[in-house]
Order: sequence, then C-alpha cells, then structure tokens
Amino acid sequence: MSNEPSTSPGDDPATATAAPACPCGQARSEEELLARLDEVLAEYVHVPGALIPVLQITQAMFGYLPETALRKISKALDKPYSEVAGVVGFYSFFTTVPRGKHLVRVCLGTACYVRGGKEVLAALKHALGIEVGETTGDRMFSLDVGRCFGACGLAPVIMIDDDVHQRVRPAKLARILDGYRRDEARHDNGEDA
Amino acid sequence: MISLTVNNIPVQVPEGTTILHAAAQVGIHIPTLCHVEGLQSIGACRVCVVEVEGMQNLAAACSMPVREGMKVRTNSARARRARRTVVELLLSEHNGECQTCDRNDDCELQSLASELGIRYVHYTGERTKQRVDMSTPGIVRNMGKCIKCRRCVSVCREVQQVGALFPQNRGFETVIGPAFNTDLRDVACVQCGQCVAVCPVGALTERDQIDEVWKALDARDNHVIVQTAPAIRAALGECFGCPPGTLVTGKMVAALRRLGFDAVFDTNFAADLTIMEEGNELLSRLRRALVDKEDVALPMFTSCSPGWIKFMEYFHPDMLPNLSTCKSPQQMFGAVAKTYYAQKLGRRPREIFVVSVMPCTAKKFECQRPEMDASGVRDVDVVLTTRELGKMIRAAGIDFEALPNEEMDAPLGLSTGAADIFANTGGVMEAALRTAYEVVTGRGLPMEKLHVAAVFGLEGVKEASLTIEKTLPHWKFLEGVSLNVAVAHGLGNANRVIEAIRSGEKTYHFVEVMACPGGCIGGGGQPRFTTNEIRMARIAAIYAEDEGKRLRKSHENPQIQELYKEFLGVPLGERSHHLLHTEYTPRDRA
Ligand code: SF4
Ligand code: SF4
Ligand code: SF4
Ligand code: FES
Repeated sequence: MSNEPSTSPGDDPATATAAPACPCGQARSEEELLARLDEVLAEYVHVPGALIPVLQITQAMFGYLPETALRKISKALDKPYSEVAGVVGFYSFFTTVPRGKHLVRVCLGTACYVRGGKEVLAALKHALGIEVGETTGDRMFSLDVGRCFGACGLAPVIMIDDDVHQRVRPAKLARILDGYRRDEARHDNGEDA
Repeated sequence: MISLTVNNIPVQVPEGTTILHAAAQVGIHIPTLCHVEGLQSIGACRVCVVEVEGMQNLAAACSMPVREGMKVRTNSARARRARRTVVELLLSEHNGECQTCDRNDDCELQSLASELGIRYVHYTGERTKQRVDMSTPGIVRNMGKCIKCRRCVSVCREVQQVGALFPQNRGFETVIGPAFNTDLRDVACVQCGQCVAVCPVGALTERDQIDEVWKALDARDNHVIVQTAPAIRAALGECFGCPPGTLVTGKMVAALRRLGFDAVFDTNFAADLTIMEEGNELLSRLRRALVDKEDVALPMFTSCSPGWIKFMEYFHPDMLPNLSTCKSPQQMFGAVAKTYYAQKLGRRPREIFVVSVMPCTAKKFECQRPEMDASGVRDVDVVLTTRELGKMIRAAGIDFEALPNEEMDAPLGLSTGAADIFANTGGVMEAALRTAYEVVTGRGLPMEKLHVAAVFGLEGVKEASLTIEKTLPHWKFLEGVSLNVAVAHGLGNANRVIEAIRSGEKTYHFVEVMACPGGCIGGGGQPRFTTNEIRMARIAAIYAEDEGKRLRKSHENPQIQELYKEFLGVPLGERSHHLLHTEYTPRDRA
C-alpha cells in the first residue's frame, strides 16, 4: 500500500543534516532559537510545499525537532499537527530526540560483534540508562550503533564524537565516560578542556 | 463525450469520468475499498484494479479517468487474481475476530472477502499491532483492525478541516492516527464521528455503552427515562432492513417501552424549548445592537451541535461570543427532566436516569462536559447512538417490524413539526424563523408550507434574506430590516462561512451550523453507510413528519407553554439562564 505523505518534498530531503548550528558547541537558548524560527516561518508562510524545507531548517537550528517548534510550525503553516508529525515520522533523517553533547557509537560490524561488541553495547545501555537512539536526561550522551569504523584489528571499538576507543571492555566504560563528564564540567567552569 | 468499452459493452461518458463510474453506468460493479463517493480518490488499496488493453499495469478504476477508445476488462483472470491477492494480504495482516467485533455483519472487509469468494488466505504475515485507544468519551480506535485505507484521514481533513488523523511512521509500522501516535484525547478532535461513519471496518467505533443502559434498566431503583433525537426516527429502520427514509417513530417508541424504560420522551420537546430560548436570544441581540447600539456579537451562531461547539473552541476561540448561549436540546432535556419533571414525580434529580439516543458521537462527549450538571448531578447519564439502539433492540429479541405504533409519553414527549426538522441542515434555521417571524409580526412565516426553500438541500453553504415588514409595535426597530441568514453543514463549510464573515465579504445576522454533512441525519452515530442519496431520503422523511403534525411552530407547543408558566417563567429568564444556557471554553488546538 502506498504510504507517501501527500506533501511531497521539493528537493531531495536527504541532504539535510542534523548538526547543531553553533560551532562553539555552546547551544543558544531555546527562546532565542524559537524567535529565529519565527523569522524563518514568516518567510515561508505563503510558500507552497514549505513544510519539509522548514523542518530541515528547524532541525539544523536545534539539532533536533522539539515539540514546541513543531507546534509552532503547524500553526504558522496552517498544517494540521497530525500531518507535521506524520511527515517527521515518515523520513528517517528527522529526529524528535535531542542529541546529547557527545555521541557514543558502538561498532556492531562483524569483527567487533564477535569480539564482544554486543556486550559493550549492553553495558553502555546500562551505564547510561538509555536505549539506542535515545539521549540521557542530562543531555550529555546519545547512544547509537555503527557498522564498522575501519578499526577491526582493534575490536571491539566504540567512537565518542571523533575519538576512537579501542579494545573496549565493559569494565573500562565507566572510566571512559567519566573522562567526558569531567571535560564538560571544566568547560562549564570556564576552563579550557 | 468519450467512448469506450467495458467488458465489450460500449459506453459513452463525459470526459473526466473514472473507469469505476463508466462501468457502473452499464451495470458493471467493480469492488472498491478505500474509495468513498464525494471524497478525493487516493488509490490506497488497489482493490478496484482492472485491465486496460495496451497498458502494462493494472489500473485503479476508482481514480483512473477514461480515455477515448479504451478497452477495459474488469473481470480478466489477471484483474481477479490481483484483487484477491490484495484482499488476502489485508486479511493476513488483519488483527481482529469477526465473532466479537462491533462490525460483525456490517463490515466492508468481511463482505469484500465474501464477494470475492475468498476461502483461504495464502499468506501468513505479521499481524498489525493491537492498540486500543479509549481516551475519548465518544470514539474508540482499535488499530489492530485498521486496514490503512485512509478514509478517516480524508474526511477529517477535507470535509471537517480538523486534521486530527494522519498516517504516522512508515511501511508496516504505519499507524493512522493522531500526531506521534498520542491518544485522541491529546489532540484537537471534535468527536464528530465522521471518521467512524466512513471507516469500513471495526477500527473506529463509538464507545459502546449498551451495557451501562442495561444495568440501569435492570437495577430498577431509579426512574429510567429515554429521549430520542429527531434524526433517529428517520434512520433507525435501516438497522432492521427498512429502506432509507422509512419513518419509524411509532415502532421506535414501542421498542423503547419494551426495553423497559419508565417513560419514553422526545428530544424534540427540548428542541421546541431551544427555539423559544434561541429565537428570543437572537431578537434580544438584535435589539441591543440596533436600538441600544451595544457592541454585541453578531452574527449569532446556533449551538445545537457539540462537534461544532468544540470546533469553535479549538479553531475560532475569538468568536465564542457569537455562539448562542443555548445548550443543545439534549442537554436542555436533561436539565428539565432532572428538575421540573423530577419535581412532578416527587423524586430527586439523582433518582432520575436519563438515556439519550443520538445520531451523534459528540453527544457522548457533550454530556460529560463538567458544566452540564445544572440539576446538581450529571443531567444526561448515558448517550447511545442510533446504531447502539438498533443492537439493543435486536439483543432483546424484539421483532421490530412487527411492532405496533405507539405514542411518546407526556409531558416531555410532545413536540411540534419545527422540532422535527432540527434533524437536518437548514432545519434549525427554519424552525427559528417560524417562531421569530411570528413573534415580531404577529403573522405566520409567509412561505409555502412554512418552508424556507433557500436553506433546503445539501448545498454546503446556503443563504437566505428575509425582509421584515409590518412589525408589531414592540419590534418597530426591525421594520424594513433585511434579516440575512446562512446555513452550513460539515465543518469545512462552516470555515468558509467564518472566513467570509471575518473578511467582511458577508454580513449575516444568524448562522446555523451542523458539524455533520446533511446535519444530524448524517451524524457519526447513524447506520452505515450514509451516502448523499440516503441523506436526502432521511431528510424527506423528516419533512414528512413535520408536515404531518398539527402544530408546526415551537411556540404553539402547549407543554412548552405550561413549562414556562409552571416553572421557567419567561424565555431568557433567571431559571432559563441557569438551566438552559451555558458557556464555552477556549481550547488550544496544537
Ligand atoms: S473489522 Fe471486519 S473483518 Fe475485522 S474483525 Fe471486525 S468484522 Fe471481522
Ligand atoms: S471525530 Fe471528527 S474530528 Fe475527531 S478524528 Fe474523527 S473526524 Fe476527526
Ligand atoms: S481507521 Fe478505518 S478509515 Fe481510518 S485508515 Fe483505518 S480502516 Fe481506514
Ligand atoms: S478503491 Fe480504488 S484504490 Fe482503493
């Protein structure tokens, strides 16, 4: 059965990325971003087929699609909220889950998988208290899986942001995660990480 | 005209006709499932596939327009096989058991499987996930049974312009529902039940409250009374195989009595009461606007339709002052039954149990609004739809067709023809004008058979203008005034009227809105399936009921006159204000 939302995307929506907007890593306040969203919406109000481009811009601004923003979009573009939600759910690159400061990815490629990747993932889920695709309550970590980071010789491997951690054992995880937490705390206190 | 052949039979049809309609013209039926007459075909199910010579793929007959010289075969082996496969796949995913389903015997998937002669399902697939959403008072969603035909989506978006439903997620995970699969309670849904009316299967139903009514009837400690909305008598017969448009007022009363109700009353009585209050409210608003130069909200909108009320609360909260403050007839009935009538019986309000039979799912929502307790307890206890009453009568083993015709009980059972026509679009307007015109001029409405022809029929928005002449002295300020009125049915049409008012393009004094297409006779609780033809048949029955009555104007109802004399005082008086009027709550739509 056909399952295409009736709003068809103008351009290829897959080009959208979910990168946080601010390079300094310090997120702008949500109010600031919502105010900017208002400006964007004002531009798009009368543009036909605006829903998908607006969602892409919003995700680029916030790093994800927060509910408050989606409701705003629904009202401003005069699209039922059900339709906005349906479009968000239809395209896998849209996400309504905020991304943590650090993205933890566990390799589940063949080599890592057979050498304990699965146990590492289970331990991470336990340590962070979240499932794959989710973010911790303090927005510190998001958890995801990958399919081979090209370091099979050193399996099992996890990546946190751009750092590769090799030969990870479940018992080592707490120390690794704590390292990132400490850096954050320093950053917050104005020291350089 | 375009010439083509369907199964070798030549047929000529205007350009733009679909294969489905061309085939129907020569008596060839093509099975359909997602298609609904009057809604845009989205070709979601592909049950209607046919073979077109020269085309590689099978064509969906419901959406493919005819072309000159087309040769269509509706019954080729390939078309039949494809159709079967589609239905078998649906059945393999379907998560429901017919024996215990609300739609058993009344299910389009069931009859399609039977029509196609499916005796075996060749596929074993994962079943659709069960999830039952009972979060709202009116509507139950059982997603295991949903076949994703999207009829509900189209009706809710296009006809009602509410947009509570949309496909969520994708592929096998698709769920037709509210945003992010939340409960219906958490989104702007007006409970109109038009989605329920078009759903081909048991995925969308009214909340079944039959057992609550049996329990009250069995308990015997309360005085259990029933009111029936004007639209029931023109449709209940369909539950028992009568042709649409059969009036069954007398049999309905007999059946209700046999079910054990202590008194069988009529919402019509309260409809007459509504006209007394609402007509006077209109005149008082006009006086305040024209004489006292007050800034009063005009046009006044009717307020009988709870789906429409909820729609205003969500989508036009700034115009709530334009809604008449009159409660709907169902709620006026409840308030009067548990006060005036209870007093007559020497009973307390809580000893009266009021059951309503309504063509409407939104009435189930309305009766539990917190403010609907003017008697000190909930004024209406349970609302059944027409369909539920049909089921109850059947379950009681009553042979409906063999019943004698019986009369409603006094005092809340007497009504005029004006109350009957509350059932259909244009009817409340006509009923109000019959009374208001006479109040102002002392003469009857100067129209043939008292019908305001301009507001009759299924046109989405209807208008009329009535110039008032030779008023009684008290109403001199209305002398020569042209009263402009409009009537809309279906909330999309209501939106059109509201936009015209907002933009200043139109100025009306009085606007009637009914949430459902055709009015209550096409309500979300009526026997399925309601087409425009059936709407017109039911409307014809309603007008016949009206014309057959000796009294045809609400203010002539002697029981209403007595109610005012003994109990209420005057229309818009203190007691009326408390019992018969209400207020509205702005709601956030997103
Ligand atoms: S929806 Fe139809 S097919 Fe499904 S269980 Fe109910 S009656 Fe049976
Ligand atoms: S009840 Fe009416 S408003 Fe609610 S989902 Fe169904 S059609 Fe839409
Ligand atoms: S709920 Fe009913 S009308 Fe809506 S898509 Fe499912 S089967 Fe079709
Ligand atoms: S009826 Fe034609 S595609 Fe469903």
